[in-house]
Amino acid sequence: MCGIVGLLVKKPALRSRLGELMVPMLIGMTERGPDSAGLAVFTEPLAENMRKISLYSGMCEEGADFNWLGLGHELKEHLGIDATITAQGNHAILTAAIAPEPVKRWIKERHPKLHILSTGRAIDLYKDIGTPAEVAARYAFSGLAGSHLVGHTRMATESAVTPDRAHPFTAGEDFCLVHNGSLSNPYGVRRMLEPHGIRFETDNDTEAACRFLEWRLREGDDLETALQKGFEALDGFYTFLMGTADKLALIRDPFACKPAVVAETDDYVAIASEFRSLAHLPDIKHARVFEPAPEEMYVWNA
Amino acid sequence: MERMSFDLAQTPLRELNSFLHRDAPAKGVQKVVVTNPDGAHNIAVGLDCPVEVDVHGHAGYYAGGMNKTGTVTIFGSAGTGVAENMMSGRVHVKGFASNGAGASMHGGLLVIDGDAGLRCGISLKGGDIVVGGSVGSFSAFMAQAGRMVICGDAGDALGDSLYEAVLYVRGSIKSLGADAQIEPMSEADYAAVKSLLDAAGMQHDPKDFKRVASARSLYHWNADADQEY
Repeated sequence: MCGIVGLLVKKPALRSRLGELMVPMLIGMTERGPDSAGLAVFTEPLAENMRKISLYSGMCEEGADFNWLGLGHELKEHLGIDATITAQGNHAILTAAIAPEPVKRWIKERHPKLHILSTGRAIDLYKDIGTPAEVAARYAFSGLAGSHLVGHTRMATESAVTPDRAHPFTAGEDFCLVHNGSLSNPYGVRRMLEPHGIRFETDNDTEAACRFLEWRLREGDDLETALQKGFEALDGFYTFLMGTADKLALIRDPFACKPAVVAETDDYVAIASEFRSLAHLPDIKHARVFEPAPEEMYVWNA
Repeated sequence: MERMSFDLAQTPLRELNSFLHRDAPAKGVQKVVVTNPDGAHNIAVGLDCPVEVDVHGHAGYYAGGMNKTGTVTIFGSAGTGVAENMMSGRVHVKGFASNGAGASMHGGLLVIDGDAGLRCGISLKGGDIVVGGSVGSFSAFMAQAGRMVICGDAGDALGDSLYEAVLYVRGSIKSLGADAQIEPMSEADYAAVKSLLDAAGMQHDPKDFKRVASARSLYHWNADADQEY
């Protein structure tokens, strides 16, 4: 079991309230996923030449005492990069005018236990072990702002309870995926992807789906085509919610074994595993509430 | 005490259910109104007296499950397994119902005004289900007894491995499951559809429905078959 939540606000005035509206949604899915939680929030994109990288130091020896300031100095010294690092305990967002791949390679070599959560111009990502309420408080989720977000509460079945195996998973830039369910062919998908130079960071089945879909997008498929190929390549039970810089997308497997419900008003589109997580939203009594059909693609634009 | 209200935003669900189990039959309560269900699971499960429960809002999983002689009306949608294992009485969903609606029902009437999700009426053992909208795939899988009236369309594998339950479908059937077949409607079938539509408060012409029942070819093991079903 796991819980999925997603929220996209249609009016710019609501962007500052995105986190505040979402926190009860995430906490509402605690019974479905009490062991870890996470979310990706999509903000106004940075300029073309800028990137932000979300980093997690909870798996380093220093943990929340990680020397973020020192990391900034090292980047300047070794790579000549002027990075802005906004840190909060074991989490930081590094922002700089960079080509991200060499910087990420350097981070992996220099600080192998520093976990790179996400890369892009719009995405910020947070995930950790703990109950949804604990994780939300740890990273002050209620203060997050943006146009849309993808969240997850985890009850692990397919791999261990560790921060890097929590959801959302990311691949490439400005792409993330959360999963409720279990894939039956993740190793087949991995064996197919690895010869394309795609590297995996965990043994989690969801990572295979995330990297497969991002690979299709990178190969030039539009989101709908990539999702169609996902239906063909990925076997098992799944409700997937995905985020890109300007879209939320939802699909369910042909057996619809894992739940999803959507509520839409003039102000927002909200997605959750169960209605319990939507019940507090403003004007929910007048929302159009529906259950997404299996093997259909639902895509909402931010 | 004839009427009681429970606001689930203020009162724990257990209080409602224990009232329905203990006090409602003891005190002869006729009607209980539930507000702010907010998708809670197990609302009004295990009723065992002829009480009427109105739920104003969306219900979570298993609403009205195991009902015996009660009447549950949900003015909203219902989550997975609404009226699961109902023995008798009536459950009416005014909105849509999620997967497994009426699963394993033994008796009573389940009415869903909107669509029902996948596996509606799976392992039906008796009783009647009337769906105003469409049903998802694998509905009436291994249904053993009872009747289903589907006013909209049916998804894939309708009535797979059907036993003696009978299905009436007004719209299109994406595919029939193994051993399910379309059969001619008899006068008794028209009368059955009419009485079920009347009971559900739906108005359609029984002549628009087709009958799906078991070909009974899976009832006996065929040792000569290539085991290619």
